[in-house]
Amino acid sequence: MTNVDAILQAGLAAVEAVSDLIELEQVKARYLGKSGELTELLKQLGKLPPEERKAAGATINVAKQAFETAHNARRDLINAQKLEAQLAAESLDVTLPGRGLSTGGLHPVALTLERIATLFRSMGFQVADGPEIETDFHNFQALNIPENHPARAMADTFYVEGGDVLRTHTSPIQVRYMLNNEPPIKIVAPGRVYRVDSDATHSPMFHQMEGLWVEEGVSFADLKAVVTDFLRRFFERDDLQVRFRPSFFPFTEPSAEIDVLGERGWLEVGGCGMVHPNVLRNVNIDPEKYSGFAFGIGLDRFAMLRYGVNDLRLFFENDLNFLKQFN
Amino acid sequence: MQFSEHWLRNWVNPSLSSEELSYLLTMAGLEVEETTAAAPAFTGVVIGEVKECVKHENADRLRVTKVDVGTGELVQIVCGAPNVAVGVRVPCALPGAVLPGDFKIKPTKMRGVESGGMLCSGKELGVPEDVDGLMLLPADAPVGQNIRDYLGLDDQLFTLKITPNRADCLSIKGIAREVAALTGAALQAQTITAIAPQIDDVVPVAIAAPQACGRYIGRVIRNVNAAAPTPDWMKRRLERSGLRSISAIVDVTNYVLLEQGQPMHAFDLAKLDGGITVRMAKAGEQLLCLNEKTVTLAEDNLVIADNAKVLAIAGIMGGEKSGVTTASTDIMLESAFFAPAAIAGKARAWGFGSDSSFRFERGVDFELQRDAMERATELVLSICGGEAGPLNEQVAELPVRKGVKVRTARVARLLGITLSTEQIATILTRLGLVFDTLEDGFLVHAPSFRYDIEIEEDLIEEVARVHGYDAIPYEAPAARLRMLALPEERRPREDIRHFLAGRDYQEVVSYAFVEEVWERDFAGNADPVRLINPIASQMSVMRSSLIGGLVNVLQGNLNRKQPRVRVFEVARVFGKNAAGKADETTQPEKVAGLAWGPRVAEQWGAKAERIDFYDVKADVEALLLPAQASFTKAAHPAFHPGRCAEISLNGKVIGVMGELHPKWAQQYGLPTPPVLFELDLAAVEQRTATKAQLVSKLQPVRRDLALVVDEQVTVAAMLDTFRQHASALVKEVALFDVYRGKGVEEGKKSLAFRVVLQDDARTLTDEDVEPAIQKLLDAVANAHAAQLRL
Repeated sequence: MTNVDAILQAGLAAVEAVSDLIELEQVKARYLGKSGELTELLKQLGKLPPEERKAAGATINVAKQAFETAHNARRDLINAQKLEAQLAAESLDVTLPGRGLSTGGLHPVALTLERIATLFRSMGFQVADGPEIETDFHNFQALNIPENHPARAMADTFYVEGGDVLRTHTSPIQVRYMLNNEPPIKIVAPGRVYRVDSDATHSPMFHQMEGLWVEEGVSFADLKAVVTDFLRRFFERDDLQVRFRPSFFPFTEPSAEIDVLGERGWLEVGGCGMVHPNVLRNVNIDPEKYSGFAFGIGLDRFAMLRYGVNDLRLFFENDLNFLKQFN
Repeated sequence: MQFSEHWLRNWVNPSLSSEELSYLLTMAGLEVEETTAAAPAFTGVVIGEVKECVKHENADRLRVTKVDVGTGELVQIVCGAPNVAVGVRVPCALPGAVLPGDFKIKPTKMRGVESGGMLCSGKELGVPEDVDGLMLLPADAPVGQNIRDYLGLDDQLFTLKITPNRADCLSIKGIAREVAALTGAALQAQTITAIAPQIDDVVPVAIAAPQACGRYIGRVIRNVNAAAPTPDWMKRRLERSGLRSISAIVDVTNYVLLEQGQPMHAFDLAKLDGGITVRMAKAGEQLLCLNEKTVTLAEDNLVIADNAKVLAIAGIMGGEKSGVTTASTDIMLESAFFAPAAIAGKARAWGFGSDSSFRFERGVDFELQRDAMERATELVLSICGGEAGPLNEQVAELPVRKGVKVRTARVARLLGITLSTEQIATILTRLGLVFDTLEDGFLVHAPSFRYDIEIEEDLIEEVARVHGYDAIPYEAPAARLRMLALPEERRPREDIRHFLAGRDYQEVVSYAFVEEVWERDFAGNADPVRLINPIASQMSVMRSSLIGGLVNVLQGNLNRKQPRVRVFEVARVFGKNAAGKADETTQPEKVAGLAWGPRVAEQWGAKAERIDFYDVKADVEALLLPAQASFTKAAHPAFHPGRCAEISLNGKVIGVMGELHPKWAQQYGLPTPPVLFELDLAAVEQRTATKAQLVSKLQPVRRDLALVVDEQVTVAAMLDTFRQHASALVKEVALFDVYRGKGVEEGKKSLAFRVVLQDDARTLTDEDVEPAIQKLLDAVANAHAAQLRL
């Protein structure tokens, strides 16, 4: 049966020699096909003497299996090499930039407002809103600022034809809200406000946010707590020093300026106080029963402090190179 | 208000450093805006007297002097100043002295002559003087004394920001009173003595406006030397308070204003015609004021007049022609109380105010006039000489101080801290407030100088202020918890902003006041809301549309060479109601966007295609989802007439979009027109909460229909027809292609629609589908002459 071994060795060599699946199958057919060399040997078994047939059959089958094993291994190898070649060919430069639309972004003052509104919502404050062309009543009189009051000179007012004003602060929103809602009232009211002023630290249009909490038993201590808590959360500094300094606003009594301690000393960041009883009466709320506090902050100023912007005008120039930094 | 710390410390001298005093005032509500040194730091300068003065042998301009500096030995100093002379007393820097700018003085030789110091000019000491050359000191300046002590240069200038309610602190006396109350330090009592009249002359005074003028005191002083120099100490205090010395008598009135808080005026008696009447002006009367402005008066202006003319605007400004000058010999001083309401706001209307009007409109102590007159008289007599007449005091209606009640319990409730009755009483006493003790609190009588104690809360503020705001603790407030409403059918504004940012738009903020021409060009608005006092002519009207602002942002960024601009703004716009006024209903909020340049930012693998109408339309459609907006061709002044659509939701117009009209692109210098949209924010905020539908599990069937129609037939019209004729099986009809060109006649287009059919109960067969499709084909054939493209 040396013939069998010779055929097997030749078959194995042929399998090793091919590197293509089609050729591999052709080799397989040559040995195991209908008239393949090993198949032919099996066919000739009948011609052998019966006593030799069994052993010869076993030998041929072993050879056949050995060939098949080699063939399968070769097929797997060729497939693996083929896949590898494909993967190598398909490889990308993953450092090429992504394609398609980019994204825009929010204005830094809007980002600031959003954070602040979220902080106050977490304490149960609603966001309120109101018109920007206001009546003298809502912007001044209801807030205890009668005509010719010196406090009117504090806010140089834009007037529109017909005698109305561009609101000089967001406080008229609290007037409107209190006229339309019963206590308990807890709101923050952000918006654009206007004053006749324009330089590096003043813009004729800027953003303020008013906060108001009117309910039975609301005190100055509560005001200090809410404002202090807010400032520490906003600036994300638990050790932020906050001080309340007596001041004057016609619509609050007692009144205070809010200062925080920065690297260069105390910095004024807003005003606040207990809602003046005249203001409560003007909106039909009984000051004997209810008390409340109000505070006002400059959103632009908070955005400047938060993002390290030193010129207010940058917020209104709408230079995309500036704005895109905040995306 | 600016003042000298030295001056204040003459009145009250608490044991606090300058910094501590500054902090105390600030924390008491008298904010110290600034403290500055009266003079820069320097050392080693004493007063010297020039004893000898000879020309330098080797230099024409130099003099060799011998100076007495109080040491018993004369010092030889070479000096180049033009005004050096024997006998002058001047500041003398001795060896070892360090002048401002770290200039060290050492013995030296000048052109061969020893010089043991330097005679100084004001400039060299950082104390500017008008004199050219050496600073000349009075003849009685003590030789050898340190110049800093002599001139009081170790002084601080405090600038206070006094709030409108604290007019009582607009004087040295008032601030001293406050410091005494806050610290407990003793207030140095000032004795003001009544000047006995030396002459009988009186100018008659009549108060014809008793509500406006509560008190008027006039006093004649004759034979004054109005040209006498103002003493240095007074000049210094005026200057350190930010006032220039003018002439002795004017300086005295200003000095009394600063010291006492009482504005005063001095008339030249020779220029008065008969008696004084304090009256309301007659409409049209005019006055040439001291500031050389001529003012036309109205009937609500209070004036001081004589028999012939208006002399002064009461409490605001004197007249140019009747005021005292250095040539005056006889004068009349005025010390009056004018009611705040008579003064407030008047000066502002003319665009000027004065130290006087500033105080009167906030409230001057109505018991102060006599003291102020006596103090001013004393100063005039001592500086200018003369003989004073008697006081002529007329009193009309003075303010009445009602008692104000403050309840101990209310103090606790409003402040959130408990103060005992004794603590409150102590604070009231320190503030100089007179009170009666009641069962539940106090009845407080405010003094004549306080205009800010009218209600209980005013007193609570005083208590809190003196107790210290810092001393009120803060603990997290306890309150009833209530969850906020969160209506799902109202989309939060943040979502809208974030959506647009996510779609590659950058948020901008532009001014609400715009150029009038923008309103005309971009909104077709010939009658915008106008500002009466715009800050500039290009910011004179309120915008009724955000489009102009966005175009302006585009212009600005094109100037900065931006290759691609996509911006949006959320803001209010302004219109008028039927009565021509802006009210709360005419100020809706809008959201608007602008896109210009390539569709995507320049990148590999994408062609640089210009953005067009449909790109922006996709953004608008996506923004409005799940609502389905309809777009109708429309005309709008801002937009290309063929590329503009009105946007509606449920039959209501909610906005507009389009490509900017090429004429505006040209006029505003834009290389190509941008595409813009503007929507009512309220409409975008509305959202319908989803009601879920059952989704069929059965296979849908898709049929594509390519239909040739005339160019004028719109896709919306086709879809409408489909919708009207769709059987229940038709789940969706959508356009997926538009084709023009080969195979389609000129003037026509081929629209390809996808029709999806599905049943909830069974799988569809051709027998179900074909009739439904045929119905659609027949409908568009009838309505739009649409033919299947073969």
